Amino acid sequence: MKIIVSVKQVAARDSALRVNGAGAWLDESGLNYEMNEPDAYALEEALQLKEKLGGELIAVCAGPARATQTIREALAKGADRAIHIETGGDGVLDPLAAARLLAVAIAPEAPDFVLTGLQSDDLGYGQTGVVLAELLGYAHATIVMEVEPLDKLVRVKRELEDGWFQHVTLPLPAVLTIQSGIKKLRYATLMGIKKAKTKEVKIVPAGDLNADLASQAEVERVYLPERSKQIQMLTGDPKHVAHELVEKLKFEARVL
Amino acid sequence: MSVLVALEQRAGKWNRASFEALAAGEKIAAALGVPVQAVVLGAQVETLTQEAAGYVVEKVLTADHPLLRDYTADGYTAAFEQIVRSVHPEAVVFPHTYQVRDYGPKLATRLGRPFVSDVVDLKAENGEIRLVRQLFQGKLSADVKVAGSPQFISVQAGAFRAGTPGGQSSPIEPFTVTLEEGQIRAKSEAPFREAQRSVDLSAADVIVSVGRGIKDKENLSVVEELAKALGAELAASRPICDNGWLPMERQVGSSGQTVAPKIYFAVGISGAIQHLVGMKGSKTIVAINKDESAPIFESADYGVVGDLFEIVPALTEEIRKTKG
Repeated sequence: MKIIVSVKQVAARDSALRVNGAGAWLDESGLNYEMNEPDAYALEEALQLKEKLGGELIAVCAGPARATQTIREALAKGADRAIHIETGGDGVLDPLAAARLLAVAIAPEAPDFVLTGLQSDDLGYGQTGVVLAELLGYAHATIVMEVEPLDKLVRVKRELEDGWFQHVTLPLPAVLTIQSGIKKLRYATLMGIKKAKTKEVKIVPAGDLNADLASQAEVERVYLPERSKQIQMLTGDPKHVAHELVEKLKFEARVL
Repeated sequence: MSVLVALEQRAGKWNRASFEALAAGEKIAAALGVPVQAVVLGAQVETLTQEAAGYVVEKVLTADHPLLRDYTADGYTAAFEQIVRSVHPEAVVFPHTYQVRDYGPKLATRLGRPFVSDVVDLKAENGEIRLVRQLFQGKLSADVKVAGSPQFISVQAGAFRAGTPGGQSSPIEPFTVTLEEGQIRAKSEAPFREAQRSVDLSAADVIVSVGRGIKDKENLSVVEELAKALGAELAASRPICDNGWLPMERQVGSSGQTVAPKIYFAVGISGAIQHLVGMKGSKTIVAINKDESAPIFESADYGVVGDLFEIVPALTEEIRKTKG
């Protein structure tokens, strides 16, 4: 079995985000980065799938040079090799452009499974896996909770809305977008980190892939959200704040 | 020239978010100066189509086919592709449901177009529209402008107010789609629910809800004490339930329950979109979080920036005092 996991590097969850001078993206100076959390769950599912089925697990990532750190993490946790599609600049690709790059890199590998997170923590489009499946001509399932490989097929448990679930069986190859939080994430072992340094990372400049990256959905402006409600911020020591809050809930909001 | 709006149904029942998408579609259509047409996909959906015709639309297009009875990404994409290629709409608007997340981007890709998902607002100017999206789980907003047509757009639940049917009967137009069984690769089994809910959070007057900020299961007693003092139901954001610290039935958000209490205390909850969707109907929202840029503060009425392990016990103490 050949399994591909597609991971993205994003600004760390607790980052203080500042809009850049042009007002069109973040000021990236001083930001820390991490593996997109939903992709970390896809990686875990992919590792368990490989443990069950044997074969090879390849991590694929489209991003700027700094994404090396995220790729190393995937290798340290157990991916066998990696493909880094190196993009220039700040590496912001919309889902269609990102998937076009990924598809060109993944197609020649002819994998059985492609796993990825259900959405990214930065852009949050939640599309890359679905678009990738369409470009590759593979079947797909989204928001997958459980993966049960069968002969040339895969049966998955999908999450629907409002507490409903559904089992769906797909032919291989298939793209699965994995729901976060289902399985516990493993830590990289010291041995894993050491081994990762000897594993192959194929660096492919995005420009060499002949993919159409022109975005027809341009982000014109990025800004702090406009408050829809007038919030009252309470400050001071905890006792004082608690007292003031209870007063306000009783006499101002009249809900207590 | 028109704006198509996809109305979503499952097993003969509407997904209510469909009519919020219709409201968004009307706004887009007004900005572009074109009429709105509703689209219903399914098998034997005459009754639903009649209901859709009660809304003010130019017409209701209905693709009724046995292979559209159960949702599949392949079936829905193929059917919708035929409609879009025939109608040449300026825009296609969807509710941002799990089903649309599964096939919307596939449809747009097949037509070589981007899909702008999870839109929360629109700005219209000089016959052009800007789509407002949230980035970084709501910490930032972005204006997106789409070049060319059709524009594929999905709108977030609760972002647009659904209208009500006006009592008319808009024209209904059957659209013949060509589908073959071999095109549909997925075999779907019947949807199921894992357990009956024993906790109905939607009826609660006061809810204390806890998120990642609580850090450890052992710390839950801090919020349990507050809930006890208030006579409130305890709830949580998804990560807490995924970790098994609280049962799934206490989860608030798009994959859990939707609540509307008089007071909602969001303790250590950053306020990801998926959570906000489930609680923004609360009358009064109190947010306690150490990160002053947490998006939860955008939705709250009262906010406290600080360490929940200091603030929550002080609040519990104060509540106990007033309740005597």
